[in-house]
Amino acid sequence: MKITFHVNGTAREVDAPPLKRLLDVLREDLRLTGTKEGCGEGECGACSVIIDGEVINSCLVPVCQTRGAHVTTVEGLARGGQLDPLQQAFLECGGAQCGICTPGMLIAARALLDATPQPTRDEIKEAIAGNLCRCTGYVKIIEAIEEAAKVTAEA
Amino acid sequence: MAVGQNVLRKEGFEKLTGAARYIDDIALDAMLHGKTIRSRLARGRIKAIEFDPAFDWSRIVIADHRDIPGANYVALIENDQPLLAESEVRHYDEPILLVAAESRQLVEAAARHIRIEYEELPPVLTIEEALNGAEIIHGTDNVTKTFLIVRGDVDEAFGHADRIIEGEYRVPHQEQLYIEPQGMIAVPGDGEMTVMGSMQCPYYIHKALKQLFGLSDEKAIVIQTTTGGGFGGKEEYPSVIAAHAALLALKAQRPVKLIYDRAEDIAATTKRHPGVIRHRTGVMNDGSLVASEIDIVLDGGAYITLTPVVLSRAAIHALGPYRCDNVRITGRAVATNTPPNGAFRGFGAPQVTFAYEMQMERIAAELKIDPLELRRINLLRAGDTTATGQKLTWSVGSEEVLNATVEKSDYENKKKRASRSLSREKRRGVGLSFFFHGAGFTGSGEARMKARAGIEITTEGRARVLSGSTEIGQGTQTIFCQIVADELGVDFADVEIEEPDTSRVPDSGPTVASRTCMVVGRVVQLAAGELKEKLTRFVAERYGAPEAQLIAGEFTANGKRLAGFTEIAREYIAQHGELRAEARYASPPGIVWDDETYSGDAYPAYSWGAEVAEVEVDIDTFEVTVQKITTAQDIGRAIHPILAAGQIEGGTLQAVGYGLCEELVWERGRIVNNRLTNYIIPTALDAPEMETIIVENPYPHGPFGAKGLGELPMDGAAPAIAAAVFNATGAFVTEIPITPERLQAAMEKL
Repeated sequence: MKITFHVNGTAREVDAPPLKRLLDVLREDLRLTGTKEGCGEGECGACSVIIDGEVINSCLVPVCQTRGAHVTTVEGLARGGQLDPLQQAFLECGGAQCGICTPGMLIAARALLDATPQPTRDEIKEAIAGNLCRCTGYVKIIEAIEEAAKVTAEA
Repeated sequence: MAVGQNVLRKEGFEKLTGAARYIDDIALDAMLHGKTIRSRLARGRIKAIEFDPAFDWSRIVIADHRDIPGANYVALIENDQPLLAESEVRHYDEPILLVAAESRQLVEAAARHIRIEYEELPPVLTIEEALNGAEIIHGTDNVTKTFLIVRGDVDEAFGHADRIIEGEYRVPHQEQLYIEPQGMIAVPGDGEMTVMGSMQCPYYIHKALKQLFGLSDEKAIVIQTTTGGGFGGKEEYPSVIAAHAALLALKAQRPVKLIYDRAEDIAATTKRHPGVIRHRTGVMNDGSLVASEIDIVLDGGAYITLTPVVLSRAAIHALGPYRCDNVRITGRAVATNTPPNGAFRGFGAPQVTFAYEMQMERIAAELKIDPLELRRINLLRAGDTTATGQKLTWSVGSEEVLNATVEKSDYENKKKRASRSLSREKRRGVGLSFFFHGAGFTGSGEARMKARAGIEITTEGRARVLSGSTEIGQGTQTIFCQIVADELGVDFADVEIEEPDTSRVPDSGPTVASRTCMVVGRVVQLAAGELKEKLTRFVAERYGAPEAQLIAGEFTANGKRLAGFTEIAREYIAQHGELRAEARYASPPGIVWDDETYSGDAYPAYSWGAEVAEVEVDIDTFEVTVQKITTAQDIGRAIHPILAAGQIEGGTLQAVGYGLCEELVWERGRIVNNRLTNYIIPTALDAPEMETIIVENPYPHGPFGAKGLGELPMDGAAPAIAAAVFNATGAFVTEIPITPERLQAAMEKL
């Protein structure tokens, strides 16, 4: 089944079974492997993408539901070789250790800052509560998101 | 100087853009997808394997133990674990067969058409069942390993103790739960086999492959891909997956990818050893410890794996960082028909730390001495002697971490204020723990291993680190480059690091045991020093300047610049073809260990930690919320303070999970909650506020003073939380995790 949707600002057409997981379409059909699979049942958030402004676990979405939608993956965050302020802050603050949760974490944080540019610490925790990290204890991730919000406000 | 600075990580950029390639991100031409067919009972004999004749098997590659060219075992300590079961299965989910096909869908379909018939045997599932000996599955008594540590005369000392206080503590399995599931790709070649994947220890896999496939050192090639967390879980188990993928690849003569899904990963791979630890302590009324008898039993599971080494570390750490001249520590590991337990950050120490710290808490309560005061009376200071008879000489930050933690957390005031009736339904409490962790391999392990690392200069004149140590999130590549930059006196930006690939890097030993920075980092530093000397001699000769020195990237003599590092390095390479130096680890002078009596210098250095946990307990629901953790940890020197703090914070949260919520549910040897929906690890909302204090007491034989760091943070949180719960509720919990059910049971006894 042919499905057209927008990925990181570009219209893409894929020919895939309608119930194929968006995660697999991104990783296999479009070779965008930045989006990760940690559990395959919507618990870990490693596969988070933004669909029309909302953070969604792409392992739970059949690709047919994304017809015409705008999907943002981690590959869409940096623009023209320029890191997103969140990526820069994660780099500087130690927000990524092993890096496997990082794409999903960045996506969840991006959606938060898009909706709430100056979030409180509790709002940050709430926004990333669906993204599991086993390395950092979340401390430096939260600091990085705060830093990105600050940098963005100052810019 | 790069050391001590928060330089941007070498391995940072690609992880942030999604460009880093983890094993499942790699797809090769003509690659097949593999799957492991596993036992569906805990103990039994395989009677028959049936392949449904209605299914088209022509598209499926099948491998079993008969396809293994070498002997059917995964090389480790005892070589008792078969790569694939032959006639008997010893645990649920034990690998029996391997299948591969063009697509994951097809291989899943094939798996559904295989039926294995068993003759069931009565399984041994718990420590108690193993010890009662009704069923014998190992040797004559199910005990696979014993250690005995004796110091002084414990029986005599009990005779004149004012009080004898006893306690029994229980610790559970714990799943490492790296977020990237395990996986490998094997690529067959002309008489060789290349395996790449998620791993901590390329040379463990190398050793296993050589044996199983009859390959020489050069013909077995192991490459680490970007690894999404390990925590011990990718220490020894990846050898099994690598060899499974390789066996299918050998049979198919095509690349084979074998990726575990989460359920398989939790169900089949190694866990932290559960244990039962009993303490009997003789104390004087003033609080001093005079006799200590400790009995540790760990459940090793169905195969030996690394259990003897885990038990050894447990036994050595069992008394804790306390003085006691009369000690008898017995450690036993038993076999059960459960998946083998193995390496997990802390490696036996978190288990015994929970026990000895809860015993200190119990002693303090019984003697009516403040728990902090009890620690101060008994803690090891420089010049004191440990349970194994090791006199502590250098880098002993024990009092410093305790004082820093107590002060920063305002422990004493908070303890006074902590009320047992904050409100009708909420109670608040504060608890303390104090702990230590020996860094590097135990005893003579490092002296035997003689870890190797090297430095080479590229044709562009850049320094490149050569080491088999892996980056698994902790920042290995960054800290090694920092160490080399400062040792050579060149810019951090001019140092790079080779990817771990057994055909290109020397064996630095496994990436485990808090040894990467302290031990391998030291070897890297020595290699850089060697290279610097080589080059300095070359400059001295070339310029006739015997006093030539390398400072800040420039060779100078008597304050006069002779040449730049890069220029000289290129000239050296032009003349000699290459510029390399290699170094090996040697134990620091005066470190002596006796394996026969299990006494002496167990580790060249210990890292020290103290922790204060503040909790709120809901006495309607019995839920415990950890609000804040304050911890000071003496790690010798923080090569990269942000990375070091990240290790402490991350390890601490894993320990919060260990203490509060992580628990496996078993049903006749099968893990029932092998999913992220029901094996619960802390989320951002569960994580306490953390205040981390890095204490730096330089260790003279570590790189720039650094000691081990990775595991220490795993040790202290569970007992600090349990002490805080005790403070809040009066309920003394002796078993973790402190689930609402367990706390309710403890409170009902009050």
